[in-house]
Amino acid sequence: MNQLATEEGYVTADGRQIGGTLMEMKNITLRFGGVVAIKDISFDIRQGEIRAIIGPNGAGKSSMLNVISGFYVPQEGEVWFKGYRRGPMKPYEVARLGIARTFQNIALFDGMSVLDNIMTGRLNRMKAGFLSQALWWGAAEREEIANREQVEKIIDFLEIQNIRKTPVGRLPYGLKKRVELARALAAEPQLLLLDEPMAGMNVEEKEDMSRFILDVNDEFGTTIALIEHDMGVVMDLSDRVVVMDYGRKIGDGTPDEVRNNQEVIDAYLGVSHD
Amino acid sequence: MTRATTRDRGGNMTDPQAPQGELHSIPALLARNVARFGQRPAYREKEFGIWQSWTWAQAAEEIRALALGLLALGLKPGDYVAIIGRNRPAHYWGMIAAQMCGAIPVPLYQDAVAEEMAYVLGHCGARFVLCGDQEQVDKVLEVEETVTGIDQIIYTDKRGMRKYDHSRMNALSDVQSEGRAAAQRLAPELDARIAALDYDSTCVMLYTSGTTGKPKGVVLSNRNIIETSKNTAEFDHLTHREEIVAYLPMAWVGDFIFSVGQAIWSGFTVNCPEGAHTMMTDMREIGPTYFFAPPRVFEGQLTTVMIRMEDAGRFKRWLFNRFMNVARRVGPDLLDGKPVGFADRMSYGLGKLFVYGPLKNTLGFSRIRVGYTAGEAIGPEIFDFYRSLGINLKQLYGQTEASVFITQQPDGQVRSDTVGVPSPGVEVKIAENGEVFYRSPGTFVEYLNNPDSTASTKDPEGWVATGDAGFFEEATGHLRIIDRAKDVGKMADGSMFAPKYVENKLKFYANILEAVVLGNGRDYCTAMINIDLNAVGNWAERNNIAYASYQELAGHPQVYATIRDHVEAVNRSVAEDPMLAGCQIHRFLVLHKELDPDDGEMTRTRKVRRAVINEKFADLVDALYDGSGSIYTETEVTYEDGRKGQIKATLQIADVQVFGDAGQQKVAAE
Repeated sequence: MNQLATEEGYVTADGRQIGGTLMEMKNITLRFGGVVAIKDISFDIRQGEIRAIIGPNGAGKSSMLNVISGFYVPQEGEVWFKGYRRGPMKPYEVARLGIARTFQNIALFDGMSVLDNIMTGRLNRMKAGFLSQALWWGAAEREEIANREQVEKIIDFLEIQNIRKTPVGRLPYGLKKRVELARALAAEPQLLLLDEPMAGMNVEEKEDMSRFILDVNDEFGTTIALIEHDMGVVMDLSDRVVVMDYGRKIGDGTPDEVRNNQEVIDAYLGVSHD
Repeated sequence: MTRATTRDRGGNMTDPQAPQGELHSIPALLARNVARFGQRPAYREKEFGIWQSWTWAQAAEEIRALALGLLALGLKPGDYVAIIGRNRPAHYWGMIAAQMCGAIPVPLYQDAVAEEMAYVLGHCGARFVLCGDQEQVDKVLEVEETVTGIDQIIYTDKRGMRKYDHSRMNALSDVQSEGRAAAQRLAPELDARIAALDYDSTCVMLYTSGTTGKPKGVVLSNRNIIETSKNTAEFDHLTHREEIVAYLPMAWVGDFIFSVGQAIWSGFTVNCPEGAHTMMTDMREIGPTYFFAPPRVFEGQLTTVMIRMEDAGRFKRWLFNRFMNVARRVGPDLLDGKPVGFADRMSYGLGKLFVYGPLKNTLGFSRIRVGYTAGEAIGPEIFDFYRSLGINLKQLYGQTEASVFITQQPDGQVRSDTVGVPSPGVEVKIAENGEVFYRSPGTFVEYLNNPDSTASTKDPEGWVATGDAGFFEEATGHLRIIDRAKDVGKMADGSMFAPKYVENKLKFYANILEAVVLGNGRDYCTAMINIDLNAVGNWAERNNIAYASYQELAGHPQVYATIRDHVEAVNRSVAEDPMLAGCQIHRFLVLHKELDPDDGEMTRTRKVRRAVINEKFADLVDALYDGSGSIYTETEVTYEDGRKGQIKATLQIADVQVFGDAGQQKVAAE
């Protein structure tokens, strides 16, 4: 399995050069009391690739994403990021490391405008002190202008200029998802985690979202790890796929390899027990 | 029509006095503008949330660099350069740069599907294509499977373009850099080509929307565009201080005249919105002084205002209604400079403070000096609404073949049912059969590769048939248009059938988006109607009427009842005109889908294609005439990405009361 990935990286089917290891999960086990959510899973995420984690309901995908993001600390195993072993961290420390995420159930500030929501994605990059921010003077003003410029580029990129000043609460679901992606991008992450980016979308919205994910990867070179239910979307988008079932890893490889893996087929289609 | 040609409104630069011999092309006018208005803004575009602007001097440098780059890529004199994209300064520059190289710009509709694009690109044999973004590039690549001869593709927006084969594809900014690098080598060639342009060189080629048959390529010379721009700019005293918002399709002749012809003649500023969806916000920020829109834009705005007022609090509603009544009574007279009593002036002044001013600001009309509408008839209520607010909205009548202008309304002589007097330099005559003919400096050169059509449209003396039937009002000398000449027919009993006349009356209702009236050669008239989803949807929401789809809402009994009231009211008004009383609608149905250019039912400029509709909805037409109460139908629809689907529906057919006797028996509604 996974013969493609060598130490130096590999070249994808559409000719993109994928780099070395960005993140490595080694023998991760995560328990909630007596429940084993993740059982001895190892895999890696490489620089510049789109890596999907799939599996049936309750397979442990979201737990896995939370381990990657540092929100859960596994009882066993090691998480390596950019060549360092990672210990327990605070959320802002994770963000500073260059990891940003979106949520399965949108987590935006409903009362704030789209623009302000996206600006929050850049909080980490604002260094001005309380006083100068309150007076919007000197460093605070310069900083805000520079950050706003970056945010405007993302607004342009995701084609949401027309809702710039609209309160998020008034937007339809598909657009909220896009705003959430914008906020994650505003942090200029090296690793972008997407938790079911297409859930609840219609075909057209899914197509748009797929295009944005591919464009983000292509234009900014962002490494993307995503969880998704829609198999068609996953197989089209991702370079390599990890398949989970009941907390175990049952497959890992290119979409084609995974598709032909007997264990994966069994997990998805069910096995007769007679 | 005579009027003083020099009126000094904006200082001594308003009336360009330069000798005519030097200003015979758009590039020559550009050079003049650099000398005269060098540091004034020529183009603005909102990007990254900020208005970016270019002075005439900067724009000229950008355009020259692009022209040099095009030369470097091998653009030859007489080549056709297609431009497909939204209104952006770079795309206007592309057109002027092509002209500099002696090539002919051909702007296309950006929402056209690949198939339509293939016909046009193949017809003119475009060698260069300037695309706005990846979407347009993809369409052109698809077109290339059937059309040969496309040599170079240039794109403005680099996004998503990295993985394409770049052997004959370049980003516009890279072409400009190439041009700047090669300036030394290529400048003499470019200057020679610019110098070779004269009044009879082709300025632009525009494809007609084609209500019937394939689009035709209308060739317009520098003379056509520059003379027309000059005459009409003087008519409305346009100066270099005007601000316009360029948002109408670039392929449409109006946009070319306003955003290129008049803009470069008068030296005013062209503002490009951030995108189609931000148009209203951007317009409010710019506050144009000169504005053009087809009636549906004004209708759409009015519908939005009315919907918002219905949702507003009671006090605001009262204030709005009270002062709109004042405005309706005295607003138009004030605008026309007629005497108005002191008390009314005071009320209007208060209204301005509380209602009209803020409303105009919301609509982006605070600074408007001249506004035009054309393309279709505009409802009198809509027209009066804007005029009563103090917006100088006027009508003009024109077509691509005339470089837009045939007639237009002078200030102070504006009415909703006429289209004004002949524009300066234009002669108009009415033929025996009522068809309108014109001859003007703007009259087109020819249809490309189509001498037969050219000959049948333009006679050797230069008179062009408009295809519209109309007459001059004796008292005022204003032209009135009745209908398309070929659409005017006879009913079975010989009385006149003018579908558009009735359709326009129907469309004046906010609930009705589109209507198609049938009846040529029949015993009585019937209609197919499209509801306006905005207006009807809002009504449904306020009345707690649940609906899951357009189709369901369109078929709702209460919607039918509302539409029936509208149709009856129209019948009553049609019955007043003895000549057209036979055009009253006896039966109608509400269509289950919106008529759409993608399905070929309308042109890209949203004019109904009657032949297509008669053929495509033949079963519905039959049902309207065979007396049945409902009809089951399946219709093919095309989605935006070109895929096809089917809509199935059972449509109700409603009977309507008709009025008057005029040889008709009264048919009561069952």
